[in-house]
Amino acid sequence: MSASAATPAGAPQPRRARRGRRKLATQTGWNLVGIAVIVVMVFPVYWMISTAFKSDGEITSGSWFPLQPTLQHFRSAMAGADHPYFWNSVANSLIVVCVTVALSMVIAFFAAVALAKFRFTGRKVFIVLMIGIQMLPQAGLIIPLYLVLRQYGQTGTLTGVIITYMTFVLPFSVWTLRGFIIGIPRDLEEAAMVDGSSRVGAFVRILLPLVAPGLVATSVFAFITSWNEFIFANVLLNDNSKQTVTVWLSYFTGTARHTDWGALMAASTLTAIPVVIFFVLVQRKIAFGLTAGAVKG
Amino acid sequence: MAEIRLENVSKLFAGDVVAVNDITLDIADGEFLVLVGPSGCGKSTLLRMIAGLEEVTDGQISIAGTDVTELAPRRRDIAMVFQSYALYPHMSVRQNLAYGLKVRRTPKAQIARRVDEVAKLLGLSDLLDRRPGQLSGGQRQRVAMGRAIAREPKAFLMDEPLSNLDAKLRVGMRASLQQLHSRLGVTTIYVTHDQIEAMTLGQRVAVMREGRILQADEPQKLYQEPRDLFVAAFIGSPAMNLVEATIDGGDVTFGQFRIPLAAGRRPLRDTGGRVVLGIRPESFEDTAFASGDLPRIEVQVEVLEELGSDAHVFFLVDAPRITAETLEASEEEATLLALEKALFTARVDARTRARVGERLQLAVDPQRFHFFDPDTGASLLQPAEPARATGAPGTPVPA
Ligand SMILES: Nc1ncnc2c1ncn2[C@@H]1O[C@H](COP(=O)(O)OP(=O)(O)O)[C@@H](O)[C@H]1O
Ligand SMILES: [Mg+2]
Repeated sequence: MSASAATPAGAPQPRRARRGRRKLATQTGWNLVGIAVIVVMVFPVYWMISTAFKSDGEITSGSWFPLQPTLQHFRSAMAGADHPYFWNSVANSLIVVCVTVALSMVIAFFAAVALAKFRFTGRKVFIVLMIGIQMLPQAGLIIPLYLVLRQYGQTGTLTGVIITYMTFVLPFSVWTLRGFIIGIPRDLEEAAMVDGSSRVGAFVRILLPLVAPGLVATSVFAFITSWNEFIFANVLLNDNSKQTVTVWLSYFTGTARHTDWGALMAASTLTAIPVVIFFVLVQRKIAFGLTAGAVKG
Repeated sequence: MAEIRLENVSKLFAGDVVAVNDITLDIADGEFLVLVGPSGCGKSTLLRMIAGLEEVTDGQISIAGTDVTELAPRRRDIAMVFQSYALYPHMSVRQNLAYGLKVRRTPKAQIARRVDEVAKLLGLSDLLDRRPGQLSGGQRQRVAMGRAIAREPKAFLMDEPLSNLDAKLRVGMRASLQQLHSRLGVTTIYVTHDQIEAMTLGQRVAVMREGRILQADEPQKLYQEPRDLFVAAFIGSPAMNLVEATIDGGDVTFGQFRIPLAAGRRPLRDTGGRVVLGIRPESFEDTAFASGDLPRIEVQVEVLEELGSDAHVFFLVDAPRITAETLEASEEEATLLALEKALFTARVDARTRARVGERLQLAVDPQRFHFFDPDTGASLLQPAEPARATGAPGTPVPA
């Protein structure tokens, strides 16, 4: 500021003002884009939730806001004669998701440590394979996976679904956790070892607490992916009593002529709730930058 | 407290990188030894081998008379201060200081007492409940130091602990480190690439290059009697002037200058008349302030740096400069000048009347000349000796 004040008045002033105006315009432009993106993303969610509370009349008239809110659609979704198995599928989903998340986290953590810390033959190939597998379209794997699972009698069982989910949750989790582990300076563990810890001790007291945010972030992903998965569950689980919530939800889409939109939206809202709860519970633990201060100044 | 003994220690990394090459060195109980050398010369690797963080390819390391070559780091009872500080970010300062004691199952009350003591010693008492992330660079550095001290180990190993501090803080910490050492008297091996830090801190300084120790001596001896061209060039600031020279009869000729040698100061071995001549900047003086009847040379002043306490006069010598491969230091003073000419530095009295572009009469003291073998770099002022510096333990100088 003072530097430009010291220069002879005239030329610099207008240029600076012009630059400032251009900057402001750019900023406003970006803000508008940001708002547009938010609207596009949030609107469907708003529509789903509001429709779930609208009366049938309001749904057909396409009103923007439920003026006479009702819980009728929720009742019919959870216990209506047309839509049994709500609690049953919630239980199934919870089992599948919890087991998938827990197992994946343990396996992925150790795999990630191995990939991040040790050099072994085939390490590179393993990493490339892991990324490569994620590039395959999941739908293309349905038939081979189905055949394999059938051979072991795991079609129509939750175990089969869990195994299937792990095939795509694991590569992602290993990859993400590896990144987190690489980000932890090696010095920290070495300092702990010089200070008197064994290798395992340094691992438990230093590495594990520092990777915790990574574990949380990864488990959120694993939870959401497996909770929302539909295609595999639909193919593998044909018994109604074994279905997961997404399969249960699919039965609300009736024929083209008749769909109970209120119940469908209520059911969708219900399906989304656990994910939201899980995220709210763990999001505060995703404390990024926990390693700040470990090194240098 | 303990003495540390390295016997023919070597380290080969995968891909045949010889990081440490057959080092033998004794560090006396309570001694403050500095390992100094350009970056990549193997200082950290050697220190990490002593700590047990790096496997020893060949040789033997013992601490306090026990062979620790194969022992895990935690069984060696040493403490290490890392260049990056390596503070545990998820623990408070208090927990950081207590960590080593805690994993050794020290009683709680004793840990608390010890942590308080150390915190007081290092001025950390008000910071005990903070996380490392909430500390300034200097504070982090002290916590790293405190963590090493708290456990009362047999020895301290420090790997460039001050290199992340700004210059002013570094000078302050240097003094505190010295005080700390004289108070605690713990054997310390200190790694740095900064020769000034090495000279000011070390009771003994070992100059390393390419995995070997070239010379391990007290700072003064290192400065006065460098056994090797590299040591001569590395130690001292401004660096020693080095130039190819020829000796015929009683004179030494370098570039446009010819100076009679002093009686007691001549190469002890004949290298066919060719030598590398070394003259420290302070061996020159402006004739106006020089005493006695020293030989004189007339130079053209290229650059003049007036520092208040003295002045540095730069002048060109018409002779090949000893280049960077030999001398790490010359990389820093990389000039745009032609390589065929050596740029000499003379340190003269501050009252000098030297002016840039003018001529100046300098007196030079042949009693303080150094001569090196142009092929091997060995000093020609000392009798030929076994190729390797033995690095026998020096008597620790009381701090
Ligand atoms: N883990 C490693 N693998 C291979 N080479 C290494 C490894 N660590 C260090 N080196 C090599 O060993 C030499 C000495 O390194 P280092 O001890 O870190 O040097 P300094 O601390 O003196 O700068 C360097 O050439 C470096 O590239
Ligand atoms: Mg180093």
